[in-house]
Amino acid sequence: MKIMEQLIIELKEKIIKNLNLKDLTIEDIDTEAPLFVEGLGLDSIDALDLIVILEKDYGIKIESIDEGKNILNSVKSMAEKIMSHNSEN
Amino acid sequence: MITAYSIIKNNVSIVNGKPFLADNNTETFSKFVEQLYKKLNIHYPKFYKMDNLTKLGFINSELLLQNKNINSYYSEDEIGLVFANKSSSLDTDLKFYSTIENRNQYFPSPSVFVYTLPNIMLGEICIRNRFKGENAFFIMEKFDSEFILEYSRLLLDTNRTECCIAGWVELLPDNFESLFFLLEKKKYNNNLKTLELKNIIRQYEDYGAINH
Repeated sequence: MKIMEQLIIELKEKIIKNLNLKDLTIEDIDTEAPLFVEGLGLDSIDALDLIVILEKDYGIKIESIDEGKNILNSVKSMAEKIMSHNSEN
Repeated sequence: MITAYSIIKNNVSIVNGKPFLADNNTETFSKFVEQLYKKLNIHYPKFYKMDNLTKLGFINSELLLQNKNINSYYSEDEIGLVFANKSSSLDTDLKFYSTIENRNQYFPSPSVFVYTLPNIMLGEICIRNRFKGENAFFIMEKFDSEFILEYSRLLLDTNRTECCIAGWVELLPDNFESLFFLLEKKKYNNNLKTLELKNIIRQYEDYGAINH
Protein backbone atom coordinates (compact mmCIF):
# COMPACT_ATOMS: atom_id res chain seq x y z
CA MET A 1 0.00 0.00 0.00
CA LYS A 2 2.84 2.32 0.85
CA ILE A 3 4.43 1.64 -2.54
CA MET A 4 1.15 2.58 -4.24
CA GLU A 5 0.99 5.86 -2.31
CA GLN A 6 4.59 6.67 -3.17
CA LEU A 7 3.91 5.88 -6.81
CA ILE A 8 0.90 8.22 -6.86
CA ILE A 9 2.98 11.06 -5.43
CA GLU A 10 5.74 10.32 -7.95
CA LEU A 11 3.24 10.36 -10.83
CA LYS A 12 1.73 13.66 -9.69
CA GLU A 13 5.20 15.21 -9.51
CA LYS A 14 6.00 13.98 -13.02
CA ILE A 15 2.68 15.27 -14.38
CA ILE A 16 3.28 18.73 -12.90
CA LYS A 17 6.86 18.83 -14.18
CA ASN A 18 6.40 17.35 -17.65
CA LEU A 19 3.11 19.09 -18.41
CA ASN A 20 4.31 22.44 -17.03
CA LEU A 21 1.42 22.79 -14.60
CA LYS A 22 3.28 25.39 -12.57
CA ASP A 23 0.23 26.70 -10.77
CA LEU A 24 -0.46 23.29 -9.20
CA THR A 25 0.94 21.29 -6.31
CA ILE A 26 0.51 17.55 -5.80
CA GLU A 27 -2.21 18.32 -3.24
CA ASP A 28 -4.24 20.02 -5.99
CA ILE A 29 -4.45 16.83 -8.06
CA ASP A 30 -7.29 14.54 -7.09
CA THR A 31 -5.98 10.98 -7.42
CA GLU A 32 -9.29 9.59 -8.67
CA ALA A 33 -10.57 12.57 -10.69
CA PRO A 34 -10.61 12.37 -14.52
CA LEU A 35 -7.46 13.89 -15.97
CA PHE A 36 -9.18 15.10 -19.15
CA VAL A 37 -12.07 17.53 -19.69
CA GLU A 38 -12.97 17.58 -15.99
CA GLY A 39 -10.36 17.49 -13.22
CA LEU A 40 -7.09 18.89 -14.57
CA GLY A 41 -8.66 19.62 -17.95
CA LEU A 42 -5.75 18.19 -19.92
CA ASP A 43 -5.75 18.18 -23.74
CA SER A 44 -4.66 15.78 -26.49
CA ILE A 45 -1.02 16.94 -26.45
CA ASP A 46 -0.95 16.34 -22.70
CA ALA A 47 -2.22 12.81 -23.37
CA LEU A 48 0.74 12.18 -25.65
CA ASP A 49 3.10 13.44 -22.95
CA LEU A 50 1.51 11.08 -20.40
CA ILE A 51 2.06 8.21 -22.84
CA VAL A 52 5.73 9.22 -23.12
CA ILE A 53 6.04 9.24 -19.29
CA LEU A 54 4.60 5.72 -19.08
CA GLU A 55 6.88 4.41 -21.82
CA LYS A 56 10.07 6.23 -20.88
CA ASP A 57 9.93 5.93 -17.09
CA TYR A 58 7.95 2.72 -16.57
CA GLY A 59 8.43 0.72 -19.78
CA ILE A 60 4.70 0.59 -20.53
CA LYS A 61 3.51 0.72 -24.13
CA ILE A 62 -0.15 1.52 -24.74
CA GLU A 63 -1.35 -0.70 -27.58
CA SER A 64 -4.80 0.68 -28.37
CA ILE A 65 -7.00 3.76 -28.00
CA ASP A 66 -9.41 1.95 -25.66
CA GLU A 67 -6.57 0.78 -23.45
CA GLY A 68 -5.20 4.33 -23.43
CA LYS A 69 -8.53 5.79 -22.37
CA ASN A 70 -8.74 3.42 -19.42
CA ILE A 71 -5.13 3.83 -18.28
CA LEU A 72 -5.05 7.63 -18.66
CA ASN A 73 -8.38 8.15 -16.96
CA SER A 74 -6.87 9.26 -13.64
CA VAL A 75 -3.66 9.22 -11.63
CA LYS A 76 -5.03 6.18 -9.82
CA SER A 77 -5.62 4.25 -13.05
CA MET A 78 -2.12 5.10 -14.26
CA ALA A 79 -0.64 3.92 -10.96
CA GLU A 80 -2.64 0.69 -11.07
CA LYS A 81 -1.36 -0.04 -14.56
CA ILE A 82 2.23 0.55 -13.45
CA MET A 83 1.75 -1.74 -10.44
CA SER A 84 0.25 -4.54 -12.54
CA HIS A 85 2.98 -4.09 -15.17
CA ASN A 86 5.67 -4.36 -12.49
CA SER A 87 4.14 -7.51 -11.01
CA GLU A 88 4.03 -9.14 -14.44
CA ASN A 89 7.69 -8.41 -15.17
CA MET B 1 -1.24 54.32 -38.90
CA ILE B 2 0.74 53.08 -35.93
CA THR B 3 -1.30 53.67 -32.79
CA ALA B 4 0.73 51.74 -30.21
CA TYR B 5 3.96 49.80 -29.83
CA SER B 6 5.69 47.62 -27.29
CA ILE B 7 9.30 46.50 -26.87
CA ILE B 8 10.89 43.61 -25.00
CA LYS B 9 14.65 43.62 -25.20
CA ASN B 10 17.65 43.18 -22.91
CA ASN B 11 15.44 42.56 -19.87
CA VAL B 12 13.59 45.81 -20.46
CA SER B 13 9.99 46.21 -21.55
CA ILE B 14 8.50 49.43 -22.89
CA VAL B 15 4.98 50.34 -23.90
CA ASN B 16 4.46 53.45 -26.05
CA GLY B 17 7.76 54.90 -24.89
CA LYS B 18 7.18 54.32 -21.19
CA PRO B 19 9.12 51.70 -19.19
CA PHE B 20 6.88 48.87 -18.01
CA LEU B 21 9.38 46.53 -16.37
CA ALA B 22 13.17 46.52 -16.24
CA ASP B 23 15.29 44.01 -14.38
CA ASN B 24 19.03 43.98 -14.88
CA ASN B 25 19.44 41.30 -12.22
CA THR B 26 17.40 38.64 -13.99
CA GLU B 27 19.71 36.24 -15.73
CA THR B 28 17.36 34.17 -17.86
CA PHE B 29 14.62 34.75 -20.37
CA SER B 30 12.27 32.46 -18.44
CA LYS B 31 12.57 34.45 -15.23
CA PHE B 32 12.13 37.80 -16.97
CA VAL B 33 9.13 36.71 -19.00
CA GLU B 34 7.50 35.23 -15.89
CA GLN B 35 7.97 38.56 -14.13
CA LEU B 36 6.14 40.21 -17.02
CA TYR B 37 3.40 37.58 -16.84
CA LYS B 38 2.86 38.33 -13.15
CA LYS B 39 3.05 42.10 -13.53
CA LEU B 40 0.50 41.99 -16.34
CA ASN B 41 -1.75 40.07 -13.91
CA ILE B 42 -2.52 37.39 -16.50
CA HIS B 43 -4.20 34.13 -15.54
CA TYR B 44 -3.68 31.83 -18.49
CA PRO B 45 -2.20 28.46 -17.39
CA LYS B 46 -1.48 27.50 -21.00
CA PHE B 47 1.28 30.13 -20.96
CA TYR B 48 3.50 27.74 -19.01
CA LYS B 49 3.18 25.10 -21.71
CA MET B 50 4.36 27.41 -24.49
CA ASP B 51 7.87 27.35 -25.90
CA ASN B 52 10.06 30.41 -25.34
CA LEU B 53 9.42 32.02 -28.73
CA THR B 54 5.68 31.76 -28.18
CA LYS B 55 6.01 33.10 -24.63
CA LEU B 56 7.91 36.10 -25.98
CA GLY B 57 5.32 36.84 -28.68
CA PHE B 58 2.41 36.14 -26.36
CA ILE B 59 3.69 38.43 -23.59
CA ASN B 60 4.55 41.21 -26.04
CA SER B 61 1.05 41.01 -27.52
CA GLU B 62 -0.37 41.28 -23.99
CA LEU B 63 1.85 44.32 -23.37
CA LEU B 64 0.75 45.92 -26.62
CA LEU B 65 -2.95 45.28 -26.18
CA GLN B 66 -3.34 45.97 -22.47
CA ASN B 67 -6.10 48.53 -21.89
CA LYS B 68 -6.71 48.75 -25.66
CA ASN B 69 -9.87 46.65 -25.75
CA ILE B 70 -9.56 46.33 -29.53
CA ASN B 71 -12.22 43.60 -29.63
CA SER B 72 -14.79 46.29 -28.90
CA TYR B 73 -13.75 48.29 -31.98
CA TYR B 74 -13.17 45.45 -34.46
CA SER B 75 -14.82 42.14 -35.17
CA GLU B 76 -12.68 39.04 -34.71
CA ASP B 77 -12.06 38.58 -38.45
CA GLU B 78 -10.98 42.20 -38.90
CA ILE B 79 -7.86 41.81 -36.73
CA GLY B 80 -4.76 40.48 -38.50
CA LEU B 81 -1.24 39.54 -37.44
CA VAL B 82 2.02 39.95 -39.38
CA PHE B 83 5.23 38.87 -37.67
CA ALA B 84 8.79 38.11 -38.70
CA ASN B 85 12.08 36.93 -37.28
CA LYS B 86 15.47 35.60 -38.29
CA SER B 87 15.81 32.29 -36.46
CA SER B 88 12.34 30.86 -37.00
CA SER B 89 11.68 28.29 -34.23
CA LEU B 90 15.31 27.15 -34.06
CA ASP B 91 15.46 27.34 -30.24
CA THR B 92 12.65 24.78 -29.98
CA ASP B 93 13.82 22.78 -33.00
CA LEU B 94 17.08 22.11 -31.15
CA LYS B 95 15.21 21.14 -27.98
CA PHE B 96 13.12 18.69 -29.98
CA TYR B 97 16.18 17.28 -31.70
CA SER B 98 17.70 16.55 -28.30
CA THR B 99 14.77 14.19 -27.62
CA ILE B 100 15.43 12.13 -30.75
CA GLU B 101 19.18 12.30 -31.39
CA ASN B 102 20.00 9.28 -29.21
CA ARG B 103 18.65 6.08 -30.77
CA ASN B 104 18.75 4.36 -27.38
CA GLN B 105 16.79 7.17 -25.71
CA TYR B 106 14.38 7.91 -28.55
CA PHE B 107 11.42 9.63 -26.92
CA PRO B 108 10.13 12.42 -29.20
CA SER B 109 8.40 14.99 -27.02
CA PRO B 110 4.91 15.83 -28.32
CA SER B 111 4.68 19.03 -26.28
CA VAL B 112 7.97 20.29 -27.72
CA PHE B 113 7.18 19.14 -31.25
CA VAL B 114 3.99 21.20 -31.51
CA TYR B 115 6.05 24.39 -31.25
CA THR B 116 8.54 23.54 -34.00
CA LEU B 117 6.99 26.14 -36.31
CA PRO B 118 7.12 29.89 -35.60
CA ASN B 119 3.57 30.54 -36.73
CA ILE B 120 2.25 28.43 -33.84
CA MET B 121 2.85 31.61 -31.84
CA LEU B 122 0.37 33.43 -34.07
CA GLY B 123 -2.17 30.72 -33.34
CA GLU B 124 -1.68 31.02 -29.58
CA ILE B 125 -2.22 34.79 -29.72
CA CYS B 126 -5.32 34.29 -31.89
CA ILE B 127 -6.73 31.67 -29.49
CA ARG B 128 -6.11 33.93 -26.50
CA ASN B 129 -7.82 36.94 -28.14
CA ARG B 130 -10.27 35.11 -30.42
CA PHE B 131 -8.73 36.78 -33.50
CA LYS B 132 -9.70 35.21 -36.81
CA GLY B 133 -8.21 37.63 -39.34
CA GLU B 134 -5.39 37.28 -41.86
CA ASN B 135 -2.00 36.28 -40.53
CA ALA B 136 1.50 35.68 -41.81
CA PHE B 137 4.93 34.91 -40.40
CA PHE B 138 8.05 35.81 -42.41
CA ILE B 139 11.62 34.63 -41.94
CA MET B 140 14.13 37.30 -42.91
CA GLU B 141 17.86 37.83 -42.47
CA LYS B 142 17.45 41.22 -40.80
CA PHE B 143 14.66 43.12 -39.11
CA ASP B 144 13.00 44.97 -41.99
CA SER B 145 10.37 47.17 -40.39
CA GLU B 146 9.46 48.78 -43.72
CA PHE B 147 8.61 45.39 -45.25
CA ILE B 148 6.56 44.29 -42.25
CA LEU B 149 4.63 47.55 -42.13
CA GLU B 150 4.15 47.67 -45.90
CA TYR B 151 2.72 44.14 -45.89
CA SER B 152 0.44 45.11 -43.00
CA ARG B 153 -0.73 48.24 -44.82
CA LEU B 154 -1.46 46.08 -47.85
CA LEU B 155 -3.76 43.95 -45.69
CA LEU B 156 -5.41 47.05 -44.29
CA ASP B 157 -5.91 48.51 -47.76
CA THR B 158 -7.08 45.49 -49.70
CA ASN B 159 -9.32 43.26 -47.61
CA ARG B 160 -11.35 42.98 -44.46
CA THR B 161 -8.46 43.69 -42.11
CA GLU B 162 -9.13 46.85 -40.11
CA CYS B 163 -6.50 46.43 -37.44
CA CYS B 164 -3.17 44.67 -37.53
CA ILE B 165 -0.65 43.56 -34.92
CA ALA B 166 2.73 43.47 -36.62
CA GLY B 167 6.38 43.23 -35.71
CA TRP B 168 9.57 41.38 -34.96
CA VAL B 169 9.95 38.52 -32.50
CA GLU B 170 13.38 36.89 -32.36
CA LEU B 171 14.62 34.37 -29.83
CA LEU B 172 17.69 32.19 -29.44
CA PRO B 173 19.08 30.70 -26.22
CA ASP B 174 21.33 33.71 -25.64
CA ASN B 175 19.20 36.48 -27.09
CA PHE B 176 15.60 37.63 -27.19
CA GLU B 177 14.02 40.77 -28.56
CA SER B 178 10.66 41.83 -29.85
CA LEU B 179 8.99 44.96 -31.17
CA PHE B 180 5.28 44.94 -31.89
CA PHE B 181 3.18 47.62 -33.54
CA LEU B 182 -0.55 48.12 -33.51
CA LEU B 183 -1.79 49.46 -36.84
CA GLU B 184 -5.34 50.71 -37.13
CA LYS B 185 -7.52 52.30 -39.75
CA LYS B 186 -9.13 55.48 -38.57
CA LYS B 187 -12.52 53.89 -39.03
CA TYR B 188 -14.03 53.67 -35.59
CA ASN B 189 -11.93 55.86 -33.34
CA ASN B 190 -11.27 59.45 -34.35
CA ASN B 191 -9.00 59.99 -31.37
CA LEU B 192 -6.28 57.63 -32.59
CA LYS B 193 -2.86 59.12 -32.09
CA THR B 194 -0.32 58.39 -34.83
CA LEU B 195 3.18 57.38 -33.77
CA GLU B 196 6.29 57.98 -35.86
CA LEU B 197 8.04 54.82 -37.05
CA LYS B 198 11.52 56.37 -37.03
CA ASN B 199 11.16 57.39 -33.38
CA ILE B 200 10.05 53.90 -32.40
CA ILE B 201 12.92 52.25 -34.29
CA ARG B 202 15.39 54.65 -32.70
CA GLN B 203 14.13 53.71 -29.25
CA TYR B 204 14.30 50.02 -30.13
CA GLU B 205 17.88 50.34 -31.32
CA ASP B 206 18.82 52.22 -28.15
CA TYR B 207 18.13 49.08 -26.17
CA GLY B 208 21.07 47.16 -27.60
CA ALA B 209 22.50 45.87 -30.84
CA ILE B 210 20.05 44.75 -33.49
CA ASN B 211 20.38 43.34 -37.01
CA HIS B 212 18.76 46.35 -38.61
